[in-house]
Amino acid sequence: MSTIATRGLARRFGGRVAVSDVTLTLEEGDCLALFGPNGAGKTTLLRMLAGLLRPTSGSGMVAGVALPGGAELRAAIGYISHASMLYAALSARENVELIARLFGMRDARAAAMRALERMALSDRAEMPVRQLSRGMQQRVSIARATVHDPRVVLLDEPFTGLDDSGSAALGAHLAALRAAGTTMVLVTHQIAEGLALATHAAIMRAGALVRVEAGETIDPATYLTVYREHVMHGA
Amino acid sequence: MAPSTLSAALLIARKDLAIEFRTRTAFFSALVFALLGIVIFFFAWDPTAVSSLDLAPGVLWGIFTFSGLLGLQRSFSLEQSDRAIDSLLGAPISRESIYLGKAIANLVFVAAVQLIAIPAVQLFYGVSLLDHAALLGLIALMAAIGLVAVGTLFSAMAVNTKLAEMLLPVLSLPFFVPIVIPAAQATARLLSGRPASESVGWLKLLLAFDIVFVVACMLAFPYTIEE
Repeated sequence: MSTIATRGLARRFGGRVAVSDVTLTLEEGDCLALFGPNGAGKTTLLRMLAGLLRPTSGSGMVAGVALPGGAELRAAIGYISHASMLYAALSARENVELIARLFGMRDARAAAMRALERMALSDRAEMPVRQLSRGMQQRVSIARATVHDPRVVLLDEPFTGLDDSGSAALGAHLAALRAAGTTMVLVTHQIAEGLALATHAAIMRAGALVRVEAGETIDPATYLTVYREHVMHGA
Repeated sequence: MAPSTLSAALLIARKDLAIEFRTRTAFFSALVFALLGIVIFFFAWDPTAVSSLDLAPGVLWGIFTFSGLLGLQRSFSLEQSDRAIDSLLGAPISRESIYLGKAIANLVFVAAVQLIAIPAVQLFYGVSLLDHAALLGLIALMAAIGLVAVGTLFSAMAVNTKLAEMLLPVLSLPFFVPIVIPAAQATARLLSGRPASESVGWLKLLLAFDIVFVVACMLAFPYTIEE
């Protein structure tokens, strides 16, 4: 069974169509890099796959659970958005540990420390999040989202605000997750970084997937040209 | 295995209280508001026209109601910065546990303000509130449960609107009335030295509203946070 399978998934907000007719299939260990301009519906699609938003029409299965899913679906998902989703007054460890506890992990503190260590943040674990740089906050956010070893990781512009070392650490961590069989959907504006991890690439425009292709050897330069044609010229 | 509703609620309440303990912004705002309110009422009061026994219950419950709103406002606004609420919504816990956790933290917050404001009212108005500490504590706790049950729900509803600070009192205050009336009436009877049996009817009414509000608000909460 596919890890992610949607058919005609759509979402409207009042009269505005945010996502329309999205059909896609991803197997275990696949990584879809999803590109598109702001307002294309990428975040809305991710939130539907995460079970945070109810689809208006269409159907989908994520980690064997039908959308919009419930606690069973959410237990299998790690969601990283462009907002850090952290409490600034709590330390990095407390933020990650809280989530580990809410996911029912046995030794939540040790799990939180392991997750922070993977993001090279164990030396900052007890610092309040508000004292960390934007890039470090993003890494804490990734530790928070992956502390429970989710089957599916949904990432919304995770490279935003990261410096070179942060991007490299994140890229390495995501590659390790993929190698371990985690299925990922990665929304990003950075085509080279997205394609470096991707087994599939897709372009979204005005709520619809306008181009989907499989293949791990997509040339970033060629793809950038294709992307510009689709997004800027509406090919 | 994901935690039970109560375990998850306690985790969320502990988190909220830890944040408040470190920042202390809402607690001090509410406390200063309560104390200033008590002082302003004191200076506006003409003891030859209205006795302290008649005035004190109204002051007490008016102050609790409005200072409580300050804490309730903060309840969901702290989840909005950096969309931290999504980390709770993305966890495999029931929506009710989020409501319950927030309500427990708010209850502690309101009770802490009450603990300081009640002696302040006794000091300024010369009424013997602390002589009836046990029964007054029960009334205060029951009233706080009702206020917090309603206020937590409306805090969640109002936080996503542009006029959240105005909307919360507008939505909440009409629902606070059935809580404040029995609480003030029971307090007035207590202070005037009437037998406790005269307060029992008001306490039963308060209990009934508590049960209705807690159950109704908990059931309604998931619909307020679904997009």
